[in-house]
Amino acid sequence: MKSKIAAKNMDIGYEKKVIIKNATFEVNNNDIFIIMGASGCGKSTMLKVLTGLMPPLKGNFYIDDIDYIKADEQTKLEIMKKVGVLYQSGGLFSSMTLAENVALPLQKYSSYSKKAIDDLVSLKLALVGLDGYNDYYPSQISGGMKKRAGLARALALDPEIVYFDEPSAGLDPLSSARLDNLMQDINQNLKTTLVVVTHELSSIFAIGTNSIFLDAKTKTVKARGNPAQILKNPPNEDVYNFLTRGKYDEKRAE
Amino acid sequence: MGDIILTLQDKTLTLTLKGNFIDFEDGKLYQNIAGYLPENIIINGLEINKWDSSLLLILFNLNKYANENNIKIENLYMPQGLIKMLKLALVVPEHINRETMPANESILEKIGGFGLNVWQNTLKGTIFMMTCFKSLWLFIRRKSSARKTDFLFAFEECGPNAMSIVALISFMVGLILAFVGAIQLKNFGAQVFVADLVTIGTIRIMGAIMVGIIMAGRTGASFAATIGSMQVNEEIDALKTMGISWAEFLVAPRMASLVIAMPFLTMWADFFGISGGAFVGILALDIPATEYFNHAFNAWSMKNFWVGIFHGFIFGFIISLCGCYYGINSSKNADGVGIATTKAVVSSVVWLIVATGIITFVFERLGI
Ligand SMILES: Nc1ncnc2c1ncn2[C@@H]1O[C@H](COP(=O)(O)OP(=O)(O)OP(=O)(O)O)[C@@H](O)[C@H]1O
Ligand SMILES: [Mg+2]
Repeated sequence: MKSKIAAKNMDIGYEKKVIIKNATFEVNNNDIFIIMGASGCGKSTMLKVLTGLMPPLKGNFYIDDIDYIKADEQTKLEIMKKVGVLYQSGGLFSSMTLAENVALPLQKYSSYSKKAIDDLVSLKLALVGLDGYNDYYPSQISGGMKKRAGLARALALDPEIVYFDEPSAGLDPLSSARLDNLMQDINQNLKTTLVVVTHELSSIFAIGTNSIFLDAKTKTVKARGNPAQILKNPPNEDVYNFLTRGKYDEKRAE
Repeated sequence: MGDIILTLQDKTLTLTLKGNFIDFEDGKLYQNIAGYLPENIIINGLEINKWDSSLLLILFNLNKYANENNIKIENLYMPQGLIKMLKLALVVPEHINRETMPANESILEKIGGFGLNVWQNTLKGTIFMMTCFKSLWLFIRRKSSARKTDFLFAFEECGPNAMSIVALISFMVGLILAFVGAIQLKNFGAQVFVADLVTIGTIRIMGAIMVGIIMAGRTGASFAATIGSMQVNEEIDALKTMGISWAEFLVAPRMASLVIAMPFLTMWADFFGISGGAFVGILALDIPATEYFNHAFNAWSMKNFWVGIFHGFIFGFIISLCGCYYGINSSKNADGVGIATTKAVVSSVVWLIVATGIITFVFERLGI
């Protein structure tokens, strides 16, 4: 099968500092793809590269088999139109209402009439459970609602890929479970490929269909595949510890 | 108070800890230990009564010292809590990104680095300026993705909302100018020329400079802080991934509004500067009003007036560019926004003065 996103021998990092070396992985169409790893291992950095905010130090990645690094500006824009991003803090424009936030990409890229845009915006907000919050400003809603509003904006253009940076960070267990369900619904019903950075174990096993594990010590991709499979067959102790929280707790109990 | 007793036997140094180790310090401990040249160290904690982090620190340092110098060390009879904390502290960190630590640089490297830095910043600033001017051009032709409300909002901030402070400050400056001038002119019995001094000074340069400095502190700072917080809030990242140009969306409306507002604010400041002068001249220096205004009117020249307006226009570009530049380049934390704001104001003021120097020199050469 043709892959949706493919990274080939990518080195990522900042200026001279390499954070992950030689990353190679594939995200299949309609995956919920989890990027996991300990704090500071480079998950957010990987996301920045995949969303085109910074170039990899070496190597390339492909979206729908198009080389993003070599693509010209116009192609890059075309590719990014297929992509939605949900930022850790929502990334909502604080000077605009929720409705204006969601409408922005529609105004920019679609040819809908004003009326159609208004209706679409209400629909997207309703999809994430924010029906009636159109005229609220981001500062007037809670953290969990900001994430959902950010998701509504990410979904505005019916993207084929949505990236999430730690969607459950700062949410209570129930809200986080609800967000997981929402993500699964979107994945299954809109046939969207999701790429999720998270270290929330319950989310990883509940929704992940495919994953990579980034390791800070060796600066490589340490494991890949279905999270449950990885747990059954862990490549090394670190990955096992991460996925169980177990080893460390046992050691403490000694 | 605690006591550390050192006894040496067959190259084995025993440290016996006795008493209460609260806020404990022993500056000579290492010197004393090193003097014994031990191969083994035993720390006996049997007689420790009370302890706090100061003792933990000493044990931690001793253990590290021993490990680094290949001395065998044993911690005996320690209180339960103390030994647990010590073990916790001594666990080897899992990974330290050593290459992230900046290496010590020689002076030559530092100078080279500085030069490189200046060059890169110049390049970065130039590219930034070009991008912004391009966006402004698109904005003027109504082809940018900027929102009209953003422009109107920024314009209200730069224009109407700044008028009262500009009026107040320029009135005061006009006042001061007149007083200072009067003291000098009195020596020649030419007090009435205060009117000329204030008028020419204000319309040609002082009005524009006062407005520039006020707006750098007011609007330039606010541009940097707003855009910097957007950086913290990942709003700029969101714009970039949406394929919306931050220059078109954020910079162009702000630049346009300040560049439009500045010439008007300069006229406004001219008016109040001259009024301040008149206030002093007529009320304090007892120059008859008709004579004062007669002089002021004679001193007025359209050329000077336009030179002042031109300054205001250029200052509008400088302040908005500086504010937006440091906002966009702010690092993603609260500290970063503070630094960005400071830099925006300081660099705006510096560039204002530099620009004034250049304009004055060029105009003088051109005979304007
Ligand atoms: N702007 C930056 N410049 C230089 N180094 C950075 C920058 N941002 C992050 N780093 C470094 O890159 C490494 C990876 O950071 P990253 O934010 O990708 O980690 P992460 O896996 O997302 O961690 P977390 O789970 O805590 O969010 C860290 O060592 C960090 O110090
Ligand atoms: Mg992160």
